[in-house]
This record gives sequence, structure tokens and C-alpha cells, in this order.
Amino acid sequence: MAEVTLKNVTKVFEGNVLAVKDFNLTVADKEFVVLVGPSGCGKSTTLRCIAGLEEITSGEIYIGDRLVNDVPPKDRDIAMVFQNYALYPHMNVYKNLSFGLELRKIPKDEIDRRVREAARILDIEHLLDRKPKALSGGQRQRVAVGRAIVRNPAVFLFDEPLSNLDAKLRVQMRTELAKLHQSLQATMIYVTHDQVEAMTMGNRIVVMKDGIIQQVSDPLTLYNHPVNKFVAGFIGSPPMNFIEVEVVRQGNDYYVKNGNFTVLVKKDAYEKVKDYEGKKAIFGFRPEDLIDENIVKPEEKEGKLIKARVEVIEPLGSEIYLYLTSGKDSFVTRVPSHYKAELGQEVGFVVDLEKSHLFDIETEEAIY
Amino acid sequence: MYLKTLLYGVLAVVGVPVVLILYSYLIEKLVDILKPEVRRWLRPWLWIIPAVAFLGVFLIYPVINTIILSLKNADSTKFVGLKNYLFVFTDRNMLIAMRNNLLWLVIFTFFTVTLGLVIAVLTDRVKYEKVAKAFVFMPMAISFVAAGVIWKFMYEFRPKGTAQIGTVNAILTGLIPGFKPQAWLFNPAINNFALIVVGIWMWTGFCMVVLSAGLKGIPTTILEAARIDGATEWKIFWRIIVPLLKSTITVIATTMVINVLKVFDIVYVMTNGNLGTEVIANRMYKEMFSFHNFGRASAIATVLLLAITPMMLINIKRFGQKRG
Repeated sequence: MAEVTLKNVTKVFEGNVLAVKDFNLTVADKEFVVLVGPSGCGKSTTLRCIAGLEEITSGEIYIGDRLVNDVPPKDRDIAMVFQNYALYPHMNVYKNLSFGLELRKIPKDEIDRRVREAARILDIEHLLDRKPKALSGGQRQRVAVGRAIVRNPAVFLFDEPLSNLDAKLRVQMRTELAKLHQSLQATMIYVTHDQVEAMTMGNRIVVMKDGIIQQVSDPLTLYNHPVNKFVAGFIGSPPMNFIEVEVVRQGNDYYVKNGNFTVLVKKDAYEKVKDYEGKKAIFGFRPEDLIDENIVKPEEKEGKLIKARVEVIEPLGSEIYLYLTSGKDSFVTRVPSHYKAELGQEVGFVVDLEKSHLFDIETEEAIY
Repeated sequence: MYLKTLLYGVLAVVGVPVVLILYSYLIEKLVDILKPEVRRWLRPWLWIIPAVAFLGVFLIYPVINTIILSLKNADSTKFVGLKNYLFVFTDRNMLIAMRNNLLWLVIFTFFTVTLGLVIAVLTDRVKYEKVAKAFVFMPMAISFVAAGVIWKFMYEFRPKGTAQIGTVNAILTGLIPGFKPQAWLFNPAINNFALIVVGIWMWTGFCMVVLSAGLKGIPTTILEAARIDGATEWKIFWRIIVPLLKSTITVIATTMVINVLKVFDIVYVMTNGNLGTEVIANRMYKEMFSFHNFGRASAIATVLLLAITPMMLINIKRFGQKRG
């Protein structure tokens, strides 16, 4: 098993297209790291650079202690699972699994043992004689994973492996891959554009945008303490609400204010907003951090209340998404399914200050 | 006289489309007044009639007539049974022609398909792919007669010691000290191969284009997966690319076999089948237009048709499988 280190990795494609810029990351041995970001953010390119399918323009990539910049993919001791599975269409499942081992001149009985073991783990033993054409999407996915497992590599690379599956299978395979990581105790690097996958699977998450790392941290830190507006908006569904405000001071207290509401800045952030007094900023809060005013004591509402009108009601069964407008601003909240509201109704919500955020309007960096 | 020819020409160019359009207009009018049930089965038949009629007149009728002619004597005045076929399979020149066709079949097919595949795979990996392919494909754009003339110049022979004006001899004598200039087209030991080279030069581009299209159809991720799995480029070629291109290779190989059985132009222009370079199609041409023996020419044509048919069937079947 091995650690993977990327030092100042930059990848520029032909025509001066910058795909990855100054990427620094150390993936610990046995860690499950997820690279996540919108399409075109460079996450797949980064993975392909680690695999050796793309040459890096500058920087260094280490697998274990070995510098692998000039090592071809086959000698990097990695296995990769592709989005479209990339099974060999002319080989049956057994051959698909054994191909890599045969090439490495592993004895026949050892190959057979490993193939059957992997097939057992993935529950595809009954499919060994079939060609990929005769498999369903989920089965192909398992074969693709099996092809990686049999090789017993130092590092597993996954390139959006679940995005071609239907929603139900995706959830199932998600837990299976997480289990697999547990049992194999291998280093895994996983690329996805789906923040739910990232949050549920990764020990650590790397959020990328435009080829640049935005934030690297564990899922909860990412969720609770995003470093900038992009990360705050990308992680979480429905996404965080953003409203343009002005920072004002009244007496000893700081508030964020726009035409429709005035909300307190959380106490421990006063020091941080000092310099923003009189300036514009972006106020952020998550849909679940709004509390129905009817269940809050009157004295706790002060400086936290936002009044709004119900525009759209989306009942999901377990909960309801309310799309609200307050003046020219609109935002979303999630409320329990027993919440009663009608279209056009005036409602009031109390902001959970401790979980609110403020971002610089220019740099979009988090102020708190 | 010229005016009359011109008139016929205009009539053909304008008249045929006009008649066809008028025909489709009229049948649609006709179909419209019929009952829906009748309409449904009648309409396709009415539309297909012109095509079937053309095929019948210009393809099926000639084939049947050729077979009938092959059973008659030189001027088609009386039936001679299978005598013409006996000639086809026993005449010395015919046997030479058949041997040569076999030679063409093996060497030409092997090299066009192999070179086409190799060039397709190699050019797939370079930046100047399009330019390289254009050069290889270019001979395809030249008429076979022109190619024959070009290569006649290339193979030109002058006795040793005099200046070699043929490209091949000039290069070889220039590069290899003491090389004896060869009379490529006259030396019976090599002239067949010299002709086959011309054919290969012409057809490799075609094979390359078709195989290259097949190659582009292989998802790159499969090749990448193999690379990560530990395959060298050599292994990828043999264990991934070739098996995946199998049906394309079969189609192109059978197409080349059909080509080879019909080979004529190159031989006709460069040697006219002399000095042991005769091929079946050229023999047929000679029987027909030099010796005016309709019976023998038709018998050769029939044999050629029979030889090509299985190849065509394989091709059609493969094509069907590919689409299915």
C-alpha cells in the first residue's frame, strides 16, 4: 500500500488550456480521498495524471517513495475504474479480470484463485462466462471494479465510476465501494462531480474549480466551515442561500442588513467583520439553518428574524422545500413535512446565527 | 448527326428525372384513391418498381445472357455444351492466368490489409495523421491506367552501365554498389510481383481508411484500461485492437479478394498479360475483343462471377452482423 503525493502539479493542454494549476496534495496510505468539482474543473485530469495517462506539464508525482513522472501507467502499481467501465468487449468476464494478471506473468493457478476471490467479493461468480455485452450496467460496474481488485494494486483510482448507473444502484454501489475500502485497506482516489458521493464516501474531500484546489478537508469541516462562497455553494443540497448585504454597526453590535431584513453577526465573529463596516458582503445560510418562528421564544427572535413570502412548495414526503422571496432576494428552506404553508403566505424564519456565514463580495473568501 | 447525339444526351439527362418524378407523382395520385388496406401493401411495390426494372435490364438480364452465351460457340450461332468451360480449365494461358490470380490473391490481399492496418494504427498516434493518410490514400484518386503508366516509368530498364531513367533501378543502382539493373516487367521471375506491388500501392490507402474508421470506433478508455492493466503497445495491438477489428478486417479482406479476382487494368496497361503475367480478367478481355470469341469470354466471365459470389455473400453477411 502506498501514499500518493502531488507536488506543484500543473497540466496545460495543447492550445494553452490550463487544466490543473499548482496542485499540492498528499494522500495518506489507506486513505479514501475524493476529488470533487463541477465538470471541467480538472479533477479527472488530475486523476489521469496520477494514472500516467496524461503527462504533467510541471511538478512531481510520487507513489510511495517513488517519483513516477516518467513511469508508464503499467509500472505505477495502480488500477483504475473508468466511468464507462472500459471492459474488453471481446473477452468474457473471467478474461477481463485475468487479462492484467496474465500480462504480468502471474502463474495460472494464482490467477484463477484471485479471479474467483474477486468474483466472490463482488458477487459476480455466476457471470464469469459472459461477455460484457450480456451484462447490465451494474454488473459491468462490478466487473470493472473486479478488474482493479484482482491486480491488488497500491492505489485504486476511480473516475466517476457510478455516474452511468441509475439512482438506486448508485446508492447501493456507493456503500459497497465504501465497504470495499474498509476490507481492502487500500489507498483510493475517487473522482466525482456528485457532492453527495463525495460527502458520503471520502475520508477527505478535495474541492476543485478551474483547475485549482479550493479546499481540502474532511466532509464535516467542508460542510460547516467552507473557505469560500464556491465551496459553500457546491457542497450541500439544496445549496446554501446567498444574499447581498451591508455590514453595519449599531452600538456595540454588528449586523448584516439589506432592504428587507437586519440580522445580527454572530458574536465571536465581531473581530473579523470590523473592517467590513459600511461595506457590502454576501450573507450565507443553509436551507436547514432557518427555524420556523412559531417554535422560537419571542426573546430569541430578536435580530435573527427574516420575513418572506412563499413562492413554491416542494413536498418531498420526509420534508418540504420552501422557495421564499424577501424583497428582490430569494432563498430556500427545508421544513418538516407537517409544516403548514400556502402559496403567497407571509412566513417568518429565524436564522441559526452560529451556522451562518459571511463572504467577501470581491474575493468571495469566507469572512466567517 | 452531332445534333442528334446532343438531342439524345439532353433527352437522357433531363428526360429520365422528369419521367421518374412524373411516375412518382402519378403513383401517389393513384394510391390515394385506393382503399387504405390496398394502399399499404401496394405503395412500396410501386416505389420499388423503377429500381427493380433498372437492375433487371442492366444487371440480371446480362448475367443470364452471359451464361447462355457461355454455352454457345464463338459467334453464338450454336450450342456447344460445356466446351468453353473445358477450355477455361485446361488452356495453358488460362492456367497461367489462374496461377497468377492465385498469386495476386495471396500476396496482394495480405499486404494491402496488413499495411493498411499498420499504417492506420501508426498514423492514429501522430499529430500529422491527416497529412500522412492523405499521402497513402492519394494513389486511390489516380485512374488505374494512369497508375500503370506511372509505374511503367518507375520500372523502366536500361542495360547496365548506361544511365538508369527508371526510378526503381536508379535508386537501387545508386544505393547498392554493383546492383544489376532489373528488367522488372520482363523478367518472368519477378514481373508478377512487380505488378502486384502496383496494386498494393493503389489499394493500401483504401484499406487504411476503412480500418482507421474501425479503429476510431474503439473507445480510447479500453486502450487506456489495457495500458494500466500492464499491456505494452505491442500486446494492445494483438490482444485488443486486432480482435476488436476482426469483422472490419474480414470485410476489407474479402473486398480485396473480390478486387483481385477482377484485376485487369494494371496488367492490361503494363504488360498486357505477356511474359507470364496473364490474369483471368485480361484473358476474358482478349477472348472478347481481340479474338471475338463470345463463348469463351462469357465462360470466363461466368467462372469469375461464381468465384466472387461467395466472397460477396460473406461480406453482406458480415455487414449485416455489424449493423445488428
